[in-house]
Amino acid sequence: MKLHSKDLLGIKDLTKEEINLIIKTAQTMKFIIGSNNKKTPHLTGKSVVTLFYENSTRTRLSFELAAKYMGANAAHVAASSSSVAKGESLIDTGKTIEAMGTDVIVMRHPMSGAPHLMAENVKASVVNAGDGMNEHPTQALLDMLTIMERKRKIEGLKVAIVGDIYHSRVARSDTYALLKLGAEVSTAAPETLMPPEFEKMGVKVFNSVHEAILDADVIIALRIQMERQKQGLFPTIREYAKFFGIDENRLRLAKEDVLVLHPGPVNRGVELSSSVIDGSHSGINEQVTNGLAVRMAILYLLTRRNKGIENSD
Amino acid sequence: MRTLIKNGMVIDTASNYEAVCDIYIEGGIIKDVGKKLDYECNELIDCKGLYVIPGMVDMHCHLREPGFEYKETIETGVLSAAAGGFTSIACMPNTSPVIDNQSVVKYIKDKADSLGMINVFPIGCITKGQKGAELAEIGELKFAGAAAISDDGKPVSNSQVMRRALQYAKMFEMTVISHCEDYNLADDGVINEGFVSTSLGLKGIPREAEEVMVARDIILAEHTKCPVHIAHVSTKGSVEIIRDAKKRNVKVTAETCPHYFSLTDEASVGFNTLAKVNPPLRTREDVDAIIQGLVDGTIDVIATDHAPHHIDDKNVEFNNAAFGMVGFETALPLALTYLVHSGHLTYKQLVEKMCYNPSRILGLNRGTITVGKTADITIFNPNEEVVIDVNSFKTKGRNSPFHGMKLKGRVYYTIASGKVI
Repeated sequence: MKLHSKDLLGIKDLTKEEINLIIKTAQTMKFIIGSNNKKTPHLTGKSVVTLFYENSTRTRLSFELAAKYMGANAAHVAASSSSVAKGESLIDTGKTIEAMGTDVIVMRHPMSGAPHLMAENVKASVVNAGDGMNEHPTQALLDMLTIMERKRKIEGLKVAIVGDIYHSRVARSDTYALLKLGAEVSTAAPETLMPPEFEKMGVKVFNSVHEAILDADVIIALRIQMERQKQGLFPTIREYAKFFGIDENRLRLAKEDVLVLHPGPVNRGVELSSSVIDGSHSGINEQVTNGLAVRMAILYLLTRRNKGIENSD
Repeated sequence: MRTLIKNGMVIDTASNYEAVCDIYIEGGIIKDVGKKLDYECNELIDCKGLYVIPGMVDMHCHLREPGFEYKETIETGVLSAAAGGFTSIACMPNTSPVIDNQSVVKYIKDKADSLGMINVFPIGCITKGQKGAELAEIGELKFAGAAAISDDGKPVSNSQVMRRALQYAKMFEMTVISHCEDYNLADDGVINEGFVSTSLGLKGIPREAEEVMVARDIILAEHTKCPVHIAHVSTKGSVEIIRDAKKRNVKVTAETCPHYFSLTDEASVGFNTLAKVNPPLRTREDVDAIIQGLVDGTIDVIATDHAPHHIDDKNVEFNNAAFGMVGFETALPLALTYLVHSGHLTYKQLVEKMCYNPSRILGLNRGTITVGKTADITIFNPNEEVVIDVNSFKTKGRNSPFHGMKLKGRVYYTIASGKVI
């Protein structure tokens, strides 16, 4: 089986089978991460460029290591220090990178749809590493892998997503993935941080964190950006933490074996209390390892697809 | 020059006329309208099977010159308008420099007149520099030939300034056109706020951004007893506010554009920047309300908001893409297809919205086929199928979301002051 598109732009475009293929492939990649010789020939001779128009530490590092562990040549372009700062258009930047023989462009951009524009204009594979408020597909895939490992399944699980859903590309990608894999999704956010008509996605929408996490198998807490307060979307971080933060007390509303995830970086004591972050329910560190595995899987599947080698597995 | 138009289905709202007949034009003036006219002429136009209406008037377009000639020039804009059947167009002042003084009005009028094709009426600014603070020289703008004033895409936020503008403009019988948008509510949104904005992760522009200012301007018009014209109505709520105001005899008129009765925000799915326009495309519910508003007379005018852009303004990230779409060459087929053939409007109502009312609101003394009036006439076949092809457009802009669409209605002749363009 192969991925149907040359690009990974969003979970919205993937089938259930494609999501499962990526998760399965990622599980095999975990052996490499855990081994003493982190070098495989999967991507030998391939060139991967990470093009980031937004700051990022973990996603960028994760993609770079994923490429390098599999033998690819990896290079990074930070938009602020490049010709982009001189006013070059997105398409021109993409064509320049492609003209240097790049096979995969991993792209993060503050504007929704930017990777889609790139993908339409280059022959290289484009991997969306987060676009505006739209999607962050590799984050959703690593979340699915983490849930799968802990819960052995996703179908039928009750998953709560809590936090700034309005601005969250993670919330959108996770929602698409969870619904495609048969989970039940509840969401909670202050009304000002809930996107309009989000229930039409097929999820339950609450303004109360208690209702959203009641009997949950999994809780995904989202990062709250400090600048949202200045935009007048909520009064104070303190009040946010009081009504939407999850501590050990609140966690008792969920199932006894609830798994708590967070895309990071976490504001300790805001979205989650330190005791929850560092406690036994937390899957946050596994998420980081799984992120690397998922990105290895995606780079492998996309470059294999490009080469046109039909594998009968 | 003597021209005889024979055998066309003549439709005129002002004289309440709808019949197959002939029109005789001499020296640019309509001299006779009637059955089986027999005049000597140098030009005979046989209109068997065609519809003959007053020259269409577009009271809201952008010609981009001076300043943005790479998007459109007065010449390409005029050619495009003529191809679409328009004999008079009023262009918005967001040029560079903006049309906030008489010299820019004269520059545009001179350029347009030298082409000798259709009538171009510049719309001046309400405030100096379109900045929303001090009134522009509205009296001088009027005498230089401006047909109306508007700060268009940069609406006057300060209610006191708007109130004074209405009062001052009334003195010169200058029409005030208001693009209604509350900046704080629009908040840099790029698409209608709703499920589509949520699913694309794009910032939404709520309907309130338009409706709050529609309500404000109506309240100002009501208290000052001054007229105001609401530009490009896009929401159900705006239609309702205007309908109520008209019941109270407030001097308010309103326009909408073809894209607001033919498209919804679904057109933006896939980050299609060609469907990015301000105000944004709304939902089915709004489209239905706009059509209802046209039917019951709440909305007086169909204008194009023709907004040509260069491909480099559109082939970018959705957030960075320019707002607007071209409209001259698709307006009539869209109106025929979505309003007339679908049974919502009669031909007479169409003529009212695209010819008579815009002329009346701008005080142009056109928009009717009446003996003694200027011979501005549009002739079309309402039933001929056309496939919209941006590459055949006369405008420089290729930014139309209607490319490839099958519509009904083809313009055959545009006649301005008796001259076939």
